[in-house]
Amino acid sequence: MKAVIAIIRRDLLLAMRRKSEVLTALFFFIIVTSLFPLGIGPEPALLKKIAPGILWVAALLATMLGLSRLFAPDHADGTLEQMALSPTPLGLLIAGKITAHWLTTGLPLVLLAPVLGIQFDLDTEALGILVLALLLGTPLLSLIGAIGAALTLGVRGGGVLLSLLVLPLYVPTLIFGAGAVEMVVSGLSAAGHLSLLAALLAVAVFFAPWATTAALRIALE
Amino acid sequence: MLTATALSCVRGERLLFAGLDLALKPGEWLHVQGENGAGKTSLLRILAGLSPPAAGEVRWQGEPIRTLAEEYRRHLLFLGHHGAVKEELTPLENLSFAAELDGAALSEAEALAALSRFGLRGREDLAVRFLSAGQKRRVLLARLAVRKATLWILDEPFTALDVKAVELLSNLIVEHVRGGGICILTSHQSIPLPNGKVLKI
Amino acid sequence: MSNRLINWFKFASPQSFYPLAGKMIPWFWALAAIFLIVGLYISFFVAPTDATQGEGYRVIFVHVPAAWMSMFLYCVMAGWAGIGLALNTRLSGMMAQAIAPTGALMAFLSLWTGAFWGKPMWGAWWVWDARLTSALILFFLYIGFIALQAAIDDARRADKAGAILALVGVVNVPIIYFSVKWWNTLHQGASVSIMKSPTMATTMLWGMLIMALAFWMYSIAVILTRVRAIILEREAHTEWVKALPEVRGESR
Repeated sequence: MKAVIAIIRRDLLLAMRRKSEVLTALFFFIIVTSLFPLGIGPEPALLKKIAPGILWVAALLATMLGLSRLFAPDHADGTLEQMALSPTPLGLLIAGKITAHWLTTGLPLVLLAPVLGIQFDLDTEALGILVLALLLGTPLLSLIGAIGAALTLGVRGGGVLLSLLVLPLYVPTLIFGAGAVEMVVSGLSAAGHLSLLAALLAVAVFFAPWATTAALRIALE
Repeated sequence: MLTATALSCVRGERLLFAGLDLALKPGEWLHVQGENGAGKTSLLRILAGLSPPAAGEVRWQGEPIRTLAEEYRRHLLFLGHHGAVKEELTPLENLSFAAELDGAALSEAEALAALSRFGLRGREDLAVRFLSAGQKRRVLLARLAVRKATLWILDEPFTALDVKAVELLSNLIVEHVRGGGICILTSHQSIPLPNGKVLKI
Repeated sequence: MSNRLINWFKFASPQSFYPLAGKMIPWFWALAAIFLIVGLYISFFVAPTDATQGEGYRVIFVHVPAAWMSMFLYCVMAGWAGIGLALNTRLSGMMAQAIAPTGALMAFLSLWTGAFWGKPMWGAWWVWDARLTSALILFFLYIGFIALQAAIDDARRADKAGAILALVGVVNVPIIYFSVKWWNTLHQGASVSIMKSPTMATTMLWGMLIMALAFWMYSIAVILTRVRAIILEREAHTEWVKALPEVRGESR
């Protein structure tokens, strides 16, 4: 367990030392959401209707940005080998890395989303649900994305391939996440969507690190 | 006690070696020699349990390393081509992270002592990025001084080191072997160490 | 010498499977042809014109079997992938690799025929119908699998990575289907279903089943042919492949 905490701390430290990566994803999120009104037109009713979808798709793409660098530096400098040789099971260490990834990319998106939601005229209740849905959904994005990142590690054209592999798997998260906010906007309860997101998260927490570890072992062989 | 029986290794479609046996008792060290591409690194990775052999088995204290898994890794220190040294972190941070990953307790004083032994005193708070190639290797080797593992597997540990560092490392290995440790290493240079076994592949 | 020994021991299954597949292929082609002729005859001449949908509905005799096959083949592919990971057999990876293009073809065919059917029915080539959307995502999953395998040079690594992806995919397919369906009902999109047609005659069902059998036989024949090619390619350096009459004939 100590090693897991060490790995989270190290990844956070690394993210601090190379801030640009974290900030790039954040600004990407802001820019993409700001482009939609420019492309569609400033009509508030329409923007309010499509806001959940825009925010979620943008969050999804912003998560994708840094995903190919989740394991690549560790693979290149041999840290991944050392992790595989650690007395602590590799699966736990990988879970730690995924946690750190969420803390550096998912969590900032969650915190920033309400500000962007205001741009789309979402009311307080909808903003609350947006944060809640992102809080449940962004870890899912990190977990599923990690599988793709591990599978494409050291592979030709890995970055593009990664999005091809991962984006279809993001569909349920997108549907339930955006759906939750939409329900509130149209005056209904979001409980169903949120509990489904939570269920997906529970399944992914269990399976994704395991699948990621299996994929990494293949890359290390 | 490390034994390997009838190991063979296939890379791509090519057979690198087959029917390789070796046995190392505490206090012994092995120099693996061979041309580029002969499979030295592959052999070390198989011995470390990173990649499975195409045939054959590696055993530690009589137990297959596959079943021992984490128990085996507790006794193992493997240094590969790549340093596992993060450019953005300082030597001190690198060393303490490596120790935490190994599940070993390492006080700051111990870490500093190891670093100064490798001539990195005064640079422990400088990002590794600003160090020279040789100094980066020294950061890596400082791990040897702090990690209490029985089995060392070192892939080309002498590259990019100056005369003084080579001597330091040699002393470290001799110390380790005298203390009942086992060491397996590859090197293109002849190594100034006493009573080693040699394996040519 | 030892090289040959290892190959004999380890690659035993592709070696014995290769001639077996060669013997089976003509039979499956013959069966595919028979079922196809009977199925097409039923679908064009025996099955009655649909009261509401006219003649255009006849595309379902291709559409529905293709959709079934695309889903089924994904499961079979994941099954082989799982066997390959668990037992470390070489043939399973080859089978998964051979199935993927046919599965993608079936998914594409179901999309394409779906569009053909949708134009007269919905008045649009594409409607975000739950079935169509999940078929599209299934198609993406196939493409991802093929692309991943193509991007990895080492065949064994490609097999294993593909296997993990296929297993992750097969866990996700029902979740994706369910989520898309949920999304669709929420938005009250077009929910017209071919299968729910009120005048679904027995002959139509028979036509569809026989066409499905034809697709089955075709898929098996094509997959076996492809797996033979993959075996030849991957085992090209082994003695038994070099000794094959078709290989010797070619190199001369």
